[in-house]
Amino acid sequence: MSKININKSWKYDESLESTSHIKLKDKYDLFIGGEFVKPLSKKYFNTLNPATNQSIAEIADANDKDIDKAVKSARKAFNSWSKLDPKERGKYIFRIARMIQERAKEFAVIESIDGGKPIRESRDIDIPLAANHFFYHAGWADKLEYAFPNKKPTPLGVAGQIIPWNFPLLMAAWKIAPAIACGNTVVLKPAESTSLTALKLAELIQDSGLPKGVVNIVTGAGKTGAAIVNHPDINKIAFTGSTEVGKLIERSLAGIEKKTTLELGGKGANIIFEDAAIDQAVEGIVNAIFFNQGHVCCAGSRLFIQESVADIVIEKLKDRISTLIVGDPLDKNTDIGAINSVEQLKTIEKYIEIGKKEGGEIYQSKCSLPKKGNWCPPTLFLNVSQSHTIVQEEIFGPVLAIQTFRTIDEVIEKANNTPFGLSAGVWTEKGSKIFRLTKELNAGVVWANTYNKFDPSSPFGGFKESGMGREGGLHGLKSYLKFE
Amino acid sequence: MNFPDLEKTLKIDKVGVHERVNRFCKRSIKTSAKTHGLHLALSMIDLTTLEGKDTPKKVVQLCYKAQHLHDSMLDLPTVAAVCVYPTLVGVAKKELIGSGINVASVATAFPSGQSTLEVKLNDTKFAVDQGADEVDMVISRGNFLAGEYNFVFDEIAAIKEACGKAHLKVILETGELDTLDNVRKASDIAMYAGADFIKTSTGKISPAATMSVTYVMLVAIKDYCKKTGIKIGMKPAGGILTAKQSLQYLVMLKETLGDSWMNKDLFRFGASRLANDILMQLEKQESGIYQSLDYFSKD
Amino acid sequence: MSRIDVLKTYKIFIGGKFPRTESGRFSPLKNKDGDLVANICLSSRKDFRNAVVSCRNTQKQWENTTALNKGQILYRIAEILEGRKSQFIEELMMTGSSKYQAKNEVEQSIDRLIYYAGWSDKFQQIFSSVNPVASNHFNFSVPQAMGVISVIAPNEFPLLGLVSIVAPVIVGGNSCIVLSSEENPMVSISFAEVLNTSDVPHGVVNILTGERKELVSYFASHKDVNSIIYCGDKNEEIKEIEKVSVENLKRVKIYKRKNWNDKTSQSPYFIEQCQEIKTTWHPTES
Repeated sequence: MSKININKSWKYDESLESTSHIKLKDKYDLFIGGEFVKPLSKKYFNTLNPATNQSIAEIADANDKDIDKAVKSARKAFNSWSKLDPKERGKYIFRIARMIQERAKEFAVIESIDGGKPIRESRDIDIPLAANHFFYHAGWADKLEYAFPNKKPTPLGVAGQIIPWNFPLLMAAWKIAPAIACGNTVVLKPAESTSLTALKLAELIQDSGLPKGVVNIVTGAGKTGAAIVNHPDINKIAFTGSTEVGKLIERSLAGIEKKTTLELGGKGANIIFEDAAIDQAVEGIVNAIFFNQGHVCCAGSRLFIQESVADIVIEKLKDRISTLIVGDPLDKNTDIGAINSVEQLKTIEKYIEIGKKEGGEIYQSKCSLPKKGNWCPPTLFLNVSQSHTIVQEEIFGPVLAIQTFRTIDEVIEKANNTPFGLSAGVWTEKGSKIFRLTKELNAGVVWANTYNKFDPSSPFGGFKESGMGREGGLHGLKSYLKFE
Repeated sequence: MNFPDLEKTLKIDKVGVHERVNRFCKRSIKTSAKTHGLHLALSMIDLTTLEGKDTPKKVVQLCYKAQHLHDSMLDLPTVAAVCVYPTLVGVAKKELIGSGINVASVATAFPSGQSTLEVKLNDTKFAVDQGADEVDMVISRGNFLAGEYNFVFDEIAAIKEACGKAHLKVILETGELDTLDNVRKASDIAMYAGADFIKTSTGKISPAATMSVTYVMLVAIKDYCKKTGIKIGMKPAGGILTAKQSLQYLVMLKETLGDSWMNKDLFRFGASRLANDILMQLEKQESGIYQSLDYFSKD
Repeated sequence: MSRIDVLKTYKIFIGGKFPRTESGRFSPLKNKDGDLVANICLSSRKDFRNAVVSCRNTQKQWENTTALNKGQILYRIAEILEGRKSQFIEELMMTGSSKYQAKNEVEQSIDRLIYYAGWSDKFQQIFSSVNPVASNHFNFSVPQAMGVISVIAPNEFPLLGLVSIVAPVIVGGNSCIVLSSEENPMVSISFAEVLNTSDVPHGVVNILTGERKELVSYFASHKDVNSIIYCGDKNEEIKEIEKVSVENLKRVKIYKRKNWNDKTSQSPYFIEQCQEIKTTWHPTES
């Protein structure tokens, strides 16, 4: 052992999560009717590790015919699945929840390799929450008539579900669990840059013995998604992604009787009052914008600080982000992982340039960044206003726009001054102020003295252009049922 | 010395503090970082015996252990100090001559603090006269909880004066302060009244040191330093039993106050059993074999 | 010589006032014998625009009115309507209802208002939840008014249809702009007079008369309208609404039902359709 010099500064060593137990195939086919089948398109694309931009595996690129096949399989399965004793339906879903828990480590590692998120988050948040979503909804399967007084709920049929790349397995769980608990069958498409955990979930579902065709997982990019949206035998579209694509979907479904739920973009206001617990608020700011590299629709990307505490909050915030470690997603000490794709990094960098050009004062953490791969240090923009582009548009990266305010009325007006309405944060130790804010903020989720918390029992979804419908909790069930 | 503006004391949200602390505990300290951290932790220990049944012989044994933690391991640092009751300061001082290890003494009617200022001052002066390099005083929690903050402040200031050159550590006894808001308030009062260190606990009350309490005190130290430029030290005491815990505290220290606080002049662990667990871990680091306490001397 | 009747000028209802349409256009409404009953305003997109402004201005205040108070105001509407029952029966009969039908429709309308008045401080309890999250937080979800809602009222049941849609909209704290029954708009303006004497704040309900095919797309596309309710079954209108409402992701509700006189035409779910669910989290010490 080399001589230890305790006078030298103490640094954490690299602490990589082991990958030895991970089994990945070179090539992934489509999961249709309970089997992995080759795509009729005969095409594949590569999925990359965003920390290195190296290919991990080949993924099937489904075309219209593949989607048609998947929908047919889901339709066929619907006939028996919807008639199955709900109690038994629930048991299958409980089983899936348990199996995810068993394989949690494997899912976490793959999620971090494929999507770039730090292993600490995939291990402690994404995967456990995904399992919990199945567990929660499994229990609903035979209790649905208690959820809606005086109504007799019945399933909708085949649900087409399209999910984003920021929480790949968790979003799959958010979509699949309530759908099948309510007696529907599913054709789900993960995002093209993060298909692997959904495909691993397909393997798990295969092992679980879930009747064939109840869950079909098809891979591909926008065109594949469009094929799902436009398929005539799909009864319901559930989409999580950008507001732009959400609107495209709604337009193409105009006049067609297909239920939709949309979880779209956001520009969450995070409001710090002078009577807040300042240090915990600073922690909340960090969690609100730097969680998952800022790839979060409900991120607190607009920070409002009351003028009287602005200096101290910003000073503490700068100190805090200097301790954030950006780097290898598989290192257990990483706080901020890789930006999900080259394209997304370009988008973020474009916004940072715009922010600078429009006169925002930029502050970036001086952390070291790996040489290869897609990285962005935690970034603050000071001295910006509601008129700045970076305050108005969703960046979907670790970039925080900071404004100050003087009065409660002013901050409520500014917080609501956006086409979005997904989330908001309020920090004050004064209860009556919290209730005023939570009432007046136009957002589907309001976090008071906390931020970015999720739970299967808690409904999630937006006002205005942030989406329609709720996912999770009792209110989320409505999206997958009809009432005669 | 000014009395702090308690109106402006930062408020604390307990759940938020717990979440922050959990993040520190998630840091993974492996290989050379672990060895380095454990050496550092050893060097910060105030090896402590504070029992009614303490005798000079017991203190002599403890002082030997302080200088010879585990002789079979090379390059080990010594602990920072030995901490005893005032009547045993003289014994410890003699044993530790030339070792570089300080003698710390508790004082001021430790552990309850329920006595007159006169008694407390005499207690302090006696310890200093006996050669104590450091004095660990307790605050009057009763007065604090009754809202008599000026009383608490004045008492600390008086003891500080009585300490002379000896360093003053002020024990808040956080286990009796009920809320983290009180911990923050008491920290501010202690620092403004002249504490060189602030310390969590006597070790006689449960809970003793916790990471949450220590975190709140570290943030208070940071804010005080930003305002005054003065670096106050921190000593969590009691309840830190394992090497792993000590590393978690060091992570918290590093990420809250930074590298300049990472030494025994500004951070201590008040502990009696911690040293041996750290030694076991170091032995394991070196040999790769899990250890038994039977192979490490207990003094 | 017998007395000359004073004929009523049927205007529109915006912000608590009864202006003529800014367009100056009207359409004659005739009874089944072909006699002129009234000249009905053909409202324009500008009338609609003005109504949205008044709707928006008053919505927050209305939403913040206590549930008890909102319930009492709805009850007040019923009281006033009861007092003017004969006028409404007469008006309905003028435009083709039998005496029995007219009486039934007015009485049902009064009862429906009372039904929803009673829901004003109860629907929140039905549609709220406390969510048992697996962390140290108290978490609850409550309904909140969507805001400004544009309504294409049913053609059938010109009074009862209107009441059946408007009552659940406003009892939930929304304000609305209604395009009344195209086929039989007269009674809606008389209903506006009832609203105007019932302590309903100005602008909470605005009533326009006019043509669907002209106005539907404005009702659906206006970006300061949060939701649109369409009563009818014309597929091309539905498609148009669903298409242009995407502009601001307006919530669209389509009611294809023709009958507003059965048990299923009232329920708290009509209120729920005009509510957003908001979820709040707060830490709890343990």
